[in-house]
Amino acid sequence: MRKPVIPPRTPFDSFTISFTGAEDGVRDAIAQALAQLSPLDLNKDETDTVELVLAEVLNNIVEHALAQTGNDTQIEITGNHDARGLEVTIIDEGAKMPNGVAPHPRPPVVDVEMPELPEGGFGWFMIHTLAQDVRYARQDGRNHLKLRLAVGL
Amino acid sequence: MELTSSTEPGILIVTVQEQRIDAQLALAFKDRMREITEGGSDPVLLDLNHVVFIDSSGLGAIVAAMKILGPDRRLILAGLTPAVDKVFRLTRMDSVFGVYPTVEAALAKMA
Repeated sequence: MRKPVIPPRTPFDSFTISFTGAEDGVRDAIAQALAQLSPLDLNKDETDTVELVLAEVLNNIVEHALAQTGNDTQIEITGNHDARGLEVTIIDEGAKMPNGVAPHPRPPVVDVEMPELPEGGFGWFMIHTLAQDVRYARQDGRNHLKLRLAVGL
Repeated sequence: MELTSSTEPGILIVTVQEQRIDAQLALAFKDRMREITEGGSDPVLLDLNHVVFIDSSGLGAIVAAMKILGPDRRLILAGLTPAVDKVFRLTRMDSVFGVYPTVEAALAKMA
């Protein structure tokens, strides 16, 4: 009896998507990126990590970098996968980071009285907690954020 | 932003009827929570079992909703799905709220 032929897993090398940087475009861009990753067969927790990090990065761009320039310019997301995981690069044409570096806040302070509890500052903290090698550069008038996620290993 | 509510003896249950509390919906969530809880004094149990994604803006909106209730009125959370639970654990915000696996578990504990 012949063994059934199992088709090889679709190889995944890289993807690039771009969208207009408005708040209501973020959800769709995340969905597109996750769809591109389907050949990697990420588990639920890995998918949650990718979705959360992309959401935080893209929301920061739309709410800060692009809000300052007032332009609905393109945001480009590139993903590459290798033995070290998924490397994501996000490029936008908004205002540069204050001080030229990506924020790296301390963990949220939770053991305080209720009125003192933080309502923000969670985003960059979670990005740095979930991602490795977070690097920011301003090149040719654009913001380049590169990070690595240890998924699909 | 669809939130529904039901009044049980000694507690107000608010159920989020959306799959996401993200940057796009965070402000609407906060406003609806304010409307629904206005004028009452019972603790509020927020049922998140339909929510499969929350980001930092959504988390901030839940913290803001808790502050709106004031120091004498608790906000308790139930039904956190894995992706939502992850955000609360990462930021240690799970230590700020009472967090229960289900509405039933929360009600049993409060009874």
